[in-house]
Amino acid sequence: MLSITLKSLVRRQFSTTPKALAAKTMTVRDALNSAIDEEMEKDERVYILGEEVAQYDGAYKISRGLWKKYGDKRVIDTPITEMGFAGIAVGSAMAGLRPICEFMTFNFSMQAIDHVINSAAKTFYMSAGTVNVPIVFRGPNGAAAGVAAQHSQCFAAWYAHCPGLKVISPYDAEDCRGLLKAAIRDPDPVVFLENELLYGVSYPVDEKITSKDFVLPIGKAKIMKPGKDVTIVAHSKAVETSLLAAAELAKIGIEAEIINLRSIRPLDTATIFNSIKKTHHLITVEQGWPQHGVGSEICARVMEDETFFHLDAPVWRVCGVDVPMPYTKTLEINALPQPKDVVQAVQKILGKKK
Amino acid sequence: MSFLRNSIKLLRTAPVAPRTFRCFSSQVKADDPSQFPGAHAPFVSAPTLTLPEAVAPIPIYRVMNREGTIEDASQDPKLSQEVVEKMFRSMISLNTMDKILYESQRQGRISFYMTNFGEEASHIGSAAALENKDLIYGQYREAGVLVWRGFSIEQFIDQCYGNCEDIGKGKQMPVHYGSKDLNFVTISSPLATQMPQAVGAAYAFKRQPNNDRCVVCYFGEGAASEGDAHAAFNFAATLDCPVILFCRNNGFAISTPSHEQYAGDGIAGRGPAYGIATIRVDGTDVFAVYNAMKVAREYVLKHNKPIVFEAMAYRVSHHSTSDDSTAYRKAEELEVWNTVESPISKLKNYMIKKGWWNEEAETEFVKDIRKQVLKQINVSEKKQKGYYGEMFQDVYEEMPKHLKEQLKQLEEHVSKNKQHYSLNEFKSK
Repeated sequence: MLSITLKSLVRRQFSTTPKALAAKTMTVRDALNSAIDEEMEKDERVYILGEEVAQYDGAYKISRGLWKKYGDKRVIDTPITEMGFAGIAVGSAMAGLRPICEFMTFNFSMQAIDHVINSAAKTFYMSAGTVNVPIVFRGPNGAAAGVAAQHSQCFAAWYAHCPGLKVISPYDAEDCRGLLKAAIRDPDPVVFLENELLYGVSYPVDEKITSKDFVLPIGKAKIMKPGKDVTIVAHSKAVETSLLAAAELAKIGIEAEIINLRSIRPLDTATIFNSIKKTHHLITVEQGWPQHGVGSEICARVMEDETFFHLDAPVWRVCGVDVPMPYTKTLEINALPQPKDVVQAVQKILGKKK
Repeated sequence: MSFLRNSIKLLRTAPVAPRTFRCFSSQVKADDPSQFPGAHAPFVSAPTLTLPEAVAPIPIYRVMNREGTIEDASQDPKLSQEVVEKMFRSMISLNTMDKILYESQRQGRISFYMTNFGEEASHIGSAAALENKDLIYGQYREAGVLVWRGFSIEQFIDQCYGNCEDIGKGKQMPVHYGSKDLNFVTISSPLATQMPQAVGAAYAFKRQPNNDRCVVCYFGEGAASEGDAHAAFNFAATLDCPVILFCRNNGFAISTPSHEQYAGDGIAGRGPAYGIATIRVDGTDVFAVYNAMKVAREYVLKHNKPIVFEAMAYRVSHHSTSDDSTAYRKAEELEVWNTVESPISKLKNYMIKKGWWNEEAETEFVKDIRKQVLKQINVSEKKQKGYYGEMFQDVYEEMPKHLKEQLKQLEEHVSKNKQHYSLNEFKSK
C-alpha cells in the first residue's frame, strides 16, 4: 500500500489525469464532502454556513449536494461578511447547534479572527466551563497556485498559537475523513486547514476508512513511512513534498521516517520524540513562513525535552521563503519547499554529499 | 478579496438551477416597477437625489413625562403596585450598588468597574417585558437586567472580587458577568462581537419546533460603528431571526459624542435600510421601554423577524473607572440628566402620585441596600480565592496533556514550598 502511494505521487508529477489504481481511491474533496454529509445525517444539530455553500455547492464544491439533501435550514448561503457569519456560527454554537463554518479560503478568515480567537476559543474558559462552543472553522489554507500574496499563506501557526482552539492540518483522504468527522463531533472549537491543491487528488482508501464510523483521534500524528536515518516532520501538502523527497533519498541509501502531524494543536510530541530517539536527526517541512512557525515550535519542544540529547546534528527547518508569495510561476515554485530542498537539508544534517 | 471570489466563480461555475426570487410578485408589470433582482423600485424620469433631510427622523415613543404623568391613558401599561415597586427597587438597588462599587475601585479594592447611571430604565423596562427564558447578550452596561432576573448582590460582588464563590470562578474581569441559569451570556469585551453571535443564537432558537424564546442583544450607539454591527443587522434580516437588537443610545462612546459617531438618524434610522422593523423610545421612561419591548417581543416571535430597538438616554456615568468625563462635558449638562430627566426620579414621581411611595420609604430602602452592599463587600473581600489549579481548567472540555503536566508541576511545587505561599487565601482542591 505504501509503495502504491509513493508511486501514485511520483506519477502525478508527470500526469494530471488520475489513473485508476488497483486499490479503491477517494479524492480529498469527496472525503471532506462525505464526512460532512455523514455527520449532518447523524446529528441534526450539525449545519454548514458560508459563502456559496448552498445551491452553488461551495466555491470548491466541498458542500456538493448537501443543499439538495438538507435544504436551506441546514445549508446556509450567507452574505459576504466573514465576521458576520463567523459570529453567527459562534452564537448558534453557544445556543446548542454544531456549525461548520466554511471560509472560502482561510485568507478571508482574518476578517473573522476576533470571533475565532476572542469568542470561540475563550468562551468556555470565560464562562467557567458552562458554555462550550462546538464549531468547526474550515476551508482551504496555504498556497494555491498562481494567486499570489493575499491568497497563498499558511495560517497553521497563527491559530495554533491560541489556547482553546484545536488546529488540524490534514494531508490525504484518510486524514480528511477521519479528522473532519472527529472535529465535527468535538466539544471544542476546531480550526480545520485544508489544501486547495489537494482537493482533486485521489488517495487509496480501504473499507475501514469509508465506513461511517471511521474517526481519527485529534492530536495524534501518523508515521507515513518508517525509516532509520532521519525524521522528517511535515503537515498538509508538505507531507507530499517529504514523501517525494524520501523516495529520492532512498535512491542514495538514506531511509527517512516521514511523520504526518495531522494535528498542529495539540501537537503529538510523543511520536516526534520517539522517532528522533531512533533516527537522531530531525528536519521539519512546512509551507508556512519560518519565524514562529510550526517547525520552530517543534524545535523548541525538542530542546526542552530529554530528546534533545538524542540528536546528532542541529535541526533544520524547511519552510516557505520569508516573503509574501510572488505571482510569477518560477518565483512561486521557489518560494515553497520543494523535494530537492528537503533532500538537500537531509544531506546537510547527515553530513553526506552526493 | 473580491477578485478571487469572482475568478473562482468564473472558473468553477457549474450548471445550477436558477434561484427563485422570493420577493418577486407575479402582479408586477413588465417594466414598472423595475425587474432588477437587486431592488424593487419604480423608475423616475429625472436624476433625483434622495437627501437625508427628506427622510423624517424616527419618532421617540414616550409614555410618562418628567413629572411622572402618563400623558395618554391608553398607553398606561397598568402594572400592579407590586410590579412597579419591583421595578423601582431594582433601579435603586442598581444605582446604590454602582455608587459603592465605583468607590471600591477608586480605593483600589477591585481593578475595574462600570456604572449604569442614567440608563436604569432601559435595563429594567426591557427586562420586565421579557420572559426569563429569553437569552440576553449584553455589551457590559446592562447589570440592571441581571438585577431584574434575580442575580443577587452577593453574586455581583463575588464576581467583582473574583473570589471562590464567583460563579465565573474568577476568570473574567469585573462587571463581565454571565449566568447560564439566568440566560445571560458572559460579557465579551471586544465591542459588538456579541451582535452577530446573538443573531446566531436566535437562528438556533428559530430552528427549534414551537420556539417561544427570543434573543435580546444590547449594544451602544458607539459599538454600532463596528463592522460586526452591520453584519448582525444584515444577517438578522436575511436569516429572519427572532432577535431584538437593542441599542442603548446614551450619547457617548467613552468621550466621543454621538454627533461625531454618525451623521444619520441614530441607529434606528438604519433599521429600515436593512429591511428591519424599527422602534425608538425614550430610554429614561421605564413604561415606554416596557410597552415597546412587549410589542417587540411579540413581533419577533410571531414573525421570526428581527427588530431594531433604540432607547435614547444619557450616560450619566463616566464610561468606566478608566475614564473621567469631566474632561469632555460640562457639569451643568450632566445635572439635567441627573435630576429632572433621571429615569429614577420620573418613576418616583409616578409612584408618589399613586401613593405607593414616599421620601421616607426611599431613605429607608437606600439605607438598607447600602448596608447590604457594604456588608457584602466585607464578606466577599474576605472570601478565599478559588483553587489555584483552576487556572488550567476549562480551556478545553478535556484537559490536554501539557496542561495536566503543568498543573501537576504546580501542585508539586506548591506542596514543596508551602512556606512561601499564603495558601490560606486559596481554596484547596
